[in-house]
Amino acid sequence: MADAVFLALSVITIGSAIAALELRSLIYGSIALMGTLGGIAGFFLLLDSPFVAMFQLAVYVGSIAVLILFTVMLVKRELIFKKVEDKRRKFVGIALMLVFMVALGSVIMDSGIKTITTNEPAVDFRSIGADFLTYYWPALILMALILTGSVTGALVLARREDVENEQRTD
Amino acid sequence: MSNELIDFVLVSVALLGIGIYGLSVKRNAIRMLFAVEIIINAANLNLVAFGRFLPHSGGQTLALFSIAIAAAEVAVGLSLIIVAYRMYQNIDIADFRSLKG
Repeated sequence: MADAVFLALSVITIGSAIAALELRSLIYGSIALMGTLGGIAGFFLLLDSPFVAMFQLAVYVGSIAVLILFTVMLVKRELIFKKVEDKRRKFVGIALMLVFMVALGSVIMDSGIKTITTNEPAVDFRSIGADFLTYYWPALILMALILTGSVTGALVLARREDVENEQRTD
Repeated sequence: MSNELIDFVLVSVALLGIGIYGLSVKRNAIRMLFAVEIIINAANLNLVAFGRFLPHSGGQTLALFSIAIAAAEVAVGLSLIIVAYRMYQNIDIADFRSLKG
C-alpha cells in the first residue's frame, strides 16, 4: 500500500499538471509545470534513485522551466492571458482523457504488475556510471552531438535577420 | 519499501491522460509544449519505477538519456514557437497554416 509521502507527492504532481494546463495566465502555468517536474523528482527519490532525481531537478526545474518562463515573457501581454478553446472540443478532450485513463488503468490492474514487489536493494548509482562508459558509450557520444546540434539549431532558428548590428570600430 | 510498482504506474497513467487532454484541447503552442513535457515525465517515471522493481540499472540510464533528449526537444520547440510568433504575431496553432497550401 502507498504511504503518506507518496500520496502527497501524487496530489502535488497531478494537481499542478492540471493547473499548468488550465490556469489562465501562462506565467502561473509554467510555475505550476515546475511543481509537476519537482514532484516527479520526488518520486525518483522515493524510488531510491537520487542521481536521476538530482538530474531531473538540474535539467528540468533548473533550465527547461526557466527557458519556458523566459519565452512566455517574450510573448505579447494579451496573448499570455487569452484563452481560445471551444466548449465542444473541451468536452471531447475530457472524454478522451477519461477513456484513456480507465482503459489503461483497467488493463494494468488486470495484469500481473499488481503483484510485483521487491525486497532487493536499490541499484547503486556507480553502476549507472559504469553503464554509461561501457555499454552505452556510443549512445552517450551521439547524445552529446544531438544536444550540440539542437542548441545550435535553436540559436540559428531564433536569430533575427532583419536587425543588423553595426560593429563599432572606433 | 512500502510503495508498490502499481502505484507509480497508475500515477504515470494519470499524467499521460492529462497530457493527452492538453494536446487535444489546447490551441496555445506553449501549452501544447507543457502537455508534451508532462507526457515525457510520465514515461520517465515508468522507466525509473520498472528499473527499481526489476531491479536493473538500465531503467535509470535510459531515464537520464530521455531527460537529456527532452531538453534538446524543448530548446528546438521554443525557438520554433519564437519564429512562428515573429511571423504571425500569435501563438495560436490554428493560425500557423502557411504550410497548408
